[in-house]
Order: sequence, then structure tokens, then C-alpha cells
Amino acid sequence: MSEEQPMTHYRVQRWSVPAYVANGGFALLVLALVFVPSVFGTFLTQQLTSLLILVILAAMWNALAGFGGLVSVGQQAYIGLGAYGTIYLTQHGVAPYPAMILAALAAGVIALPTSLLLLRLRGGQFAIGAWVVAEVFALLVALDQSLGGGTGISLAALNVYSPDRRQAYTYWLALGCAAVLLAVGYLMLRTRLGASLQAIRDDEEAAAAVGIRVMSAKRILYIFAAIGCGAAGSLTLANTLFIQTQAVFDVQWSAYMIFMVLVGGLGTLEGPIVGAVVFFLIQNKFADYGAWYLVGLGATAIVFALFLPRGLWGTMEMRFDIRLLPVGYYLRRRKRAS
Amino acid sequence: MQTSTSILEAAGIGQRFGALVVLDGVNFTVGAGEAVGVVGPNGAGKTTLLNILAGSLRPTSGTVQFLGADVTKLRSDRRCRLGIARTFQVPRPFGGMTVFENVLVATGRGRAGYERSVEVLELSGLVELANRRADNLGLMHRKRLELARALATDPQVLLLDEIGGGLTDAEAAELVHTIKVVQGRNVAIVWIEHIVHVLMQVIDRLVCFDAGRVIADGEPETVIGDAAVIDAYLGGNRS
Repeated sequence: MSEEQPMTHYRVQRWSVPAYVANGGFALLVLALVFVPSVFGTFLTQQLTSLLILVILAAMWNALAGFGGLVSVGQQAYIGLGAYGTIYLTQHGVAPYPAMILAALAAGVIALPTSLLLLRLRGGQFAIGAWVVAEVFALLVALDQSLGGGTGISLAALNVYSPDRRQAYTYWLALGCAAVLLAVGYLMLRTRLGASLQAIRDDEEAAAAVGIRVMSAKRILYIFAAIGCGAAGSLTLANTLFIQTQAVFDVQWSAYMIFMVLVGGLGTLEGPIVGAVVFFLIQNKFADYGAWYLVGLGATAIVFALFLPRGLWGTMEMRFDIRLLPVGYYLRRRKRAS
Repeated sequence: MQTSTSILEAAGIGQRFGALVVLDGVNFTVGAGEAVGVVGPNGAGKTTLLNILAGSLRPTSGTVQFLGADVTKLRSDRRCRLGIARTFQVPRPFGGMTVFENVLVATGRGRAGYERSVEVLELSGLVELANRRADNLGLMHRKRLELARALATDPQVLLLDEIGGGLTDAEAAELVHTIKVVQGRNVAIVWIEHIVHVLMQVIDRLVCFDAGRVIADGEPETVIGDAAVIDAYLGGNRS
């Protein structure tokens, strides 16, 4: 250590005025969204519930790939576990809404042993391995006749509520989950773990060489994303009331997540939210066009990959140098005192 | 341990990849605060030895001891936390992070971490580039960042893999200056380098490898004059 104290000349900046404003803005937005069911009808409430689920999914995939370098095409494993876990718990006497939260946490518990196997793989092997795991979970669920086998099952326990009430409760839970998961993800990325994860994303071997516990860092992220996707799964079930193994464990979920994150901006916290809104709008406008809708999604993704590789938000961030949800550390020279 | 002053010691190291024998019965010691240079033709096994010392490669046979404890089975992150740091031959910065964040992940946060990070950046001449994204750096600055990041871990042994490679003489001289400061703080150094005259400014001892074996080990001047070394490395050109 030098005799002179370096920090008398420098300070570390982690916040900015725009970031404070944006964080306050997000808090106000969440507060305003609480009143949606009382102001708008059941249809719009259901639509917004779908959007919130998409936001959660996009944020989880982005946390994995954009901040941890874990590119997965198997997160539907936990969407499915969240949905079927809810069914299972309600069949065993747990009230539906607590069951949804417990099922999401259970997805995280199951992710722990899964991670021991899966996180040994890297890159493309990890991506495909995660997909295989999702298929295995789907088969195991389909084998259980009490869960409807392959033909599907509905969340009968929610019938005790009137449709309006039910939709409002589901919406509030979705809003709560989205707010908590995004806030936890954001705060996690601001901690030392967040910096370690970014280092692992950029170069795993070099990260280990500076003393980072690579495995445990990846494991924490993987479990977090499993809980988030589990919540998205149970919320999807509550929002549609009926699920089938094939649909809820479908790899298409991964395609949607990748689409949202690429369009919004990989590795930015704001991007996935933007991407989820874009995807939601496209889905609502063009879903009736059948196969052409999927062609359109694919074409949009290609256009973004070629011409806007940083995504909508990533490009904005570059051009205007703004960070509304900053996770970085900036070294600033102190202004000379006297 | 052989002597009370040796802090890192590799004994009987063998490394084979399939039929290819890369290291064969190598013994290599580093004393506390000692600077050891490593030379030898390409493919002699220098980087392989460094990977084994750093823990990113488990040797086929032999043991590695650090401060008297067997660390052969410890992975690189554990060894780094014990005090063994390394640089990579081709710099491997965390490209999506700033220069400051690159060293900060190595020091840890908080006041002590910030202070150490700034100090290391000042020492490496990078403090003006602290907020630059690491993937926007040129070779010289990438090399300096490699060094800064390794120093940020507060090592007792610093393993350098051709840190001067590809640099101009003036750039290499600046690097030598930084390394000498580190040496002055009693950090042991193992330095693989092809540019011998740069190496000679720093090292206390020189080890020459050829075809997976140590062919000379001793006073730098003596080793440079050794007939086998001249034949294997300085005179010959096998790469």
C-alpha cells in the first residue's frame, strides 16, 4: 500500500441524478399499476398480467445470459415446474395463491441439484443440456396421471373466486412478483456478486484466476432465474387456468425470451422490459396471422441481430450515455478542496 | 519444503496430453521475494508449467506446494485467494466491464478495495482510463491491465506469461519499471519471456526449458552462457 491515501483524490460514483429519478419513477409506476384492476376491466387486467409475466421471463433470461453468460434454451423447465407445482400443491390442500409462491420457490430448490449437473457444461453444451433437462421434467410430469398426464389440467382451486376477483388477485401477484424479482435482480447485480458474474460472463477462466468462486456465483444466478421462471409459470397457469405439459414445457418459451432480450438489449436491465413490451404488442397485433406471425417474429429478430445488435435500449444507452438502473462503478477525480 | 525460504515449489511435474509429453519430471522452486525468469523455445512447456502453478491445469504427475502446503488439487480461484496470481499470454480482460471494474472484481469492494484498485491502476499507468470499457483498449493497455488485475489480488507470487511480448522497447521499459516496484514489495515473480534483455533487468535467477525438461537453472549470466541453452534456445530456431 502506498503512503498516500489514493481515495483522497478519487471517489467512486455508483448513482447519478437520472438514475435516482428513474428509480423513483419505477417505484411510482409500480404503485400506479396497483390500481389497474379497480380502474380498468377484467380483459385489460388479464392482458397486463400477460405482459408482467413476459417482463419477468425476459428479465430472468437476461440475468442469466446478459450478466452471467449462461445462454439457456431450457428455462421452460422451471416455467413448467412452477405451473405443475402449483397444481400439485393445491391438490394437497394448499390455498392457490400461496401455492403459486411456494411452487416458484420449489422450482428454485429443484434447480440446486440440477445445477450441479448442468453448470459443469459451458456454452452450447449448457444451452442444449438445459433443454434436455426441460424435456426430462416434461416427461416426468406427463407420466403422473394425477397431474392430468399429457392431456392437461386446470387450476380448479381458483374457482372459489369470482372471475373479476380472481383476475385482480392474479394481476396483483404478478405485479408483486415482477417488482420483487426485478428489484432483487437489480440489487444483486449491484453487489460484489454482480461484478463477479459479469467477469465470469466475459471470461470464466480469467475470472477464476482473480479468485472468483465461479461455480457458486453461477449457481446463485441459476437458482434465482429458476425461481423467477417458476413464478412466471405459476402465474401463467393462474392467468389461463389450464395447462398442458407440451405447451408449458415448450422450447418456444425460450425463443420468446431470447427475442425479447435481443430486441430490448442484452446485458442492460432496462432492455428486457422494453423487449417484453415490444413482444407483447407484436403478439397482440399479429397473433391472428398464424404461421406468418412466427415468420414475422423470426424476421424481426434477424433484423435486430444484423442492424441493431445492442437492441433498442442498448443502442439508446450507447448513443445518449444514459444508465437509468446503473450497476457499474465509476472512478471520479475529486474536485480539489481549496 | 526444501529450504525455509522457498514459497512455491513444484516437484516431479509430468504433464502429458494423450501421447504427447509436455513436461517430464520438472522440479521448479521459487523463493520468497525471488524473481525467476523462464526461457525456452516455443513448445518447451513454459506456459504449461505456469498453468500448473496457477492451478488452471492439474498435472499428470507431481505435486505443487505453496507455503509448505500441498495445493496440487486446488483450483485456480482457491490458489489466487491464497496468494498466487497470474497473467495470460494473450490478455484476457473482462471486455464488458470498465478498467476500474476489472481490477475491482479482484480487490473486492469497500474502502479498502477501492483504495487498492486505485493504487494498482496508478502503479500500472491506467488510472486515466479507469472508466474505459476494457474491450476498447489497445495491446499495451491490455497488457498493463493484465498486470494490474493480477496485482489487485494482492499476491505473494506473481506469474507472468510473456507480459512484454508484442510491445515496443519503450513500452516494455515502462512495464519493467512497474514490475520492479512490485519486486520491491517482496512479491516473488515467475516471468516467462522471450525478450531476454528485458528479463535480465529484473530477475535473480534464470531457468531454461527445452522439450519439457529443465536444462539449466542458476545465475542469469551463467545460464545465458550455457552451451546447451545457446543450442536449444538462443542459437536455434525451432518455432
